[in-house]
Amino acid sequence: MNRAAPLSDDLRVLYQDLILDHGRSPRNFRVVEHHTCKAQGNNPMCGDRVNVTARVSPAGLLEDIAFEGKGCAISVASASMMSEALAGKFVPDAHLLYATVHALCTGKIDADQAKAAVPASMAESVDKLASLSGVRQFPVRVKCATLAWHALISCLDGQSQTTTEK
Amino acid sequence: MAKSAPPPPTPTHASYDVIKVRNDFPILAREVHGKPLVYLDSAASAQKPRQVIDAVARVYGHDYANVHRGAYYLSETATAAFEAARGKVAAFLNAPSVKEVVFTKGATEAINLVAATWGRRFVQAGDEIVLTALEHHSNIVPWQLLREATGCVLKVVPVSADGSVDIGAFAKIIGPKTKLVAVAHVSNVLGTILPVREIADLAHAAGAKVLLDGCQGVVHEHVDVQALGCDFYVFSGHKLYGPTGIGVLWATTELLHAMPPYQGGGDMIDTVTFAKTTWAPPPAKFEAGTPPIAAAIGLGAAIDYLNSLDRTLVAAHEDALLRYAMTALAQVPGVRLIGTARAKTAVQSFVMAGAHPHDIATVLDRSGVSVRAGHHCAQPLMDALGVPATTRASFALYNTMAEVDALVTALRRAQDVLL
Ligand SMILES: Cc1ncc(COP(=O)(O)O)c(C=O)c1O
Repeated sequence: MNRAAPLSDDLRVLYQDLILDHGRSPRNFRVVEHHTCKAQGNNPMCGDRVNVTARVSPAGLLEDIAFEGKGCAISVASASMMSEALAGKFVPDAHLLYATVHALCTGKIDADQAKAAVPASMAESVDKLASLSGVRQFPVRVKCATLAWHALISCLDGQSQTTTEK
Repeated sequence: MAKSAPPPPTPTHASYDVIKVRNDFPILAREVHGKPLVYLDSAASAQKPRQVIDAVARVYGHDYANVHRGAYYLSETATAAFEAARGKVAAFLNAPSVKEVVFTKGATEAINLVAATWGRRFVQAGDEIVLTALEHHSNIVPWQLLREATGCVLKVVPVSADGSVDIGAFAKIIGPKTKLVAVAHVSNVLGTILPVREIADLAHAAGAKVLLDGCQGVVHEHVDVQALGCDFYVFSGHKLYGPTGIGVLWATTELLHAMPPYQGGGDMIDTVTFAKTTWAPPPAKFEAGTPPIAAAIGLGAAIDYLNSLDRTLVAAHEDALLRYAMTALAQVPGVRLIGTARAKTAVQSFVMAGAHPHDIATVLDRSGVSVRAGHHCAQPLMDALGVPATTRASFALYNTMAEVDALVTALRRAQDVLL
């Protein structure tokens, strides 16, 4: 069985270990008990589907956040890292982190700029989330990386369904 | 117009010159991500031979004017070329009359046309329309719209685990309430060839009409609408090596006369007064407005191109590619073939343990290999098969065994990256 030729760096960056690990063993892959909001994200191009649920306190604290669904390694890893990053944060933090991840994935900012854009308490999360920025070399995959985030935002905004389509 | 009997079978080792064929397709010489293009997505849309590209360029560069209108030389030439293309389609399908060939934007529009005209006129609440679980969305959604409008009922014939559709399953579902059986001739996901002649016989015995979605069938099978015994046959030009924006609805003369028009406008009328308008006879009745002239002529050129090849050899070549690919893919650890019916064409879906089709397609692309990943516009089929998505390699007359090898090598590379 002949081994394949060397891989392009782009692919190694896209499918780095952190992403593959979260893709294979997603964290918080469940439905939040007594959730106060839920939303589904669909990517009609590939059929990926994530359901995001969260329990938000009256004060706007994200007490618990989880997801479930079917998707590629990128969309699952992104959802998994999102759930880790936002548990215990407040709604405005979620909006800020969403904007940061979006900018990272579309190549508007790099990891250092992303870290500078968030409070110190989220710097470690941003370090991890920066691993998603490999998608910038794969424009059709950007919506995989942002699918769960779109769903979360519409969940927090009180809608129930999002579609990532360009 | 009657076609002679199909030529006698030729042994598969007879000379099919795939290299010569490839040279007719300029795009196949290009690279993707620095690798030679290995195009395995012809079921989504086929590449175009120089003969088609040139024919379209010649229309615009030399022979172009609107059709059916001007009493001047260029319009007459354009009209003649446009109508000649219709004649080529009619001969290709062995249609009894060229007037039974309606040009549309594509298969999707052709099915919507049938649903909106024949369906609205003849289908009533409680009538049943029989589909299969493997249909493309374009042969599902128009019938759902008709259901909303009329209260008709949709019945779905299941697909077996190997991707075949058992004629016995049709016999159970087709009944006295059945008004239409609308099924794919060949599945775009599984490659399954449906037993369409037997289906048509069952449907007709129940007094129902039969629509065949020939998008894939027309590419891989020898289509004779009279022998198939269908009432409607639709396909898209772009999967048959022709341009986008052109498709075909074939229907019997009787049906085309009974159906009301689809859209109103120029070209489809006989006389217009504000009090009353009378329709032109078919096919013009269904072709309101300026048609896709160059695309139709390009489709004619694509049919000429196919007729210039020995289609028996083409079919044997595609079948050999499929058999080789099925064997090679099945040997890749973790790969499971989806769609292994005995009667099938050169389309192969598969899933690979631990890797999502979308990720596989991304890695393959970096090796120059273009495949489709996703639900292939057949979400109900994905649900029926219990998979969220598949990766699909589809083979055309220009693909080679070496490209199958490239696919397998790229898949192993994908395992390196993803597992
Ligand atoms: C079986 C089948 N039916 C219908 C269609 C729709 O064709 P089009 O998009 O060209 O109208 C396709 C194309 O993907 C197909 O494969």
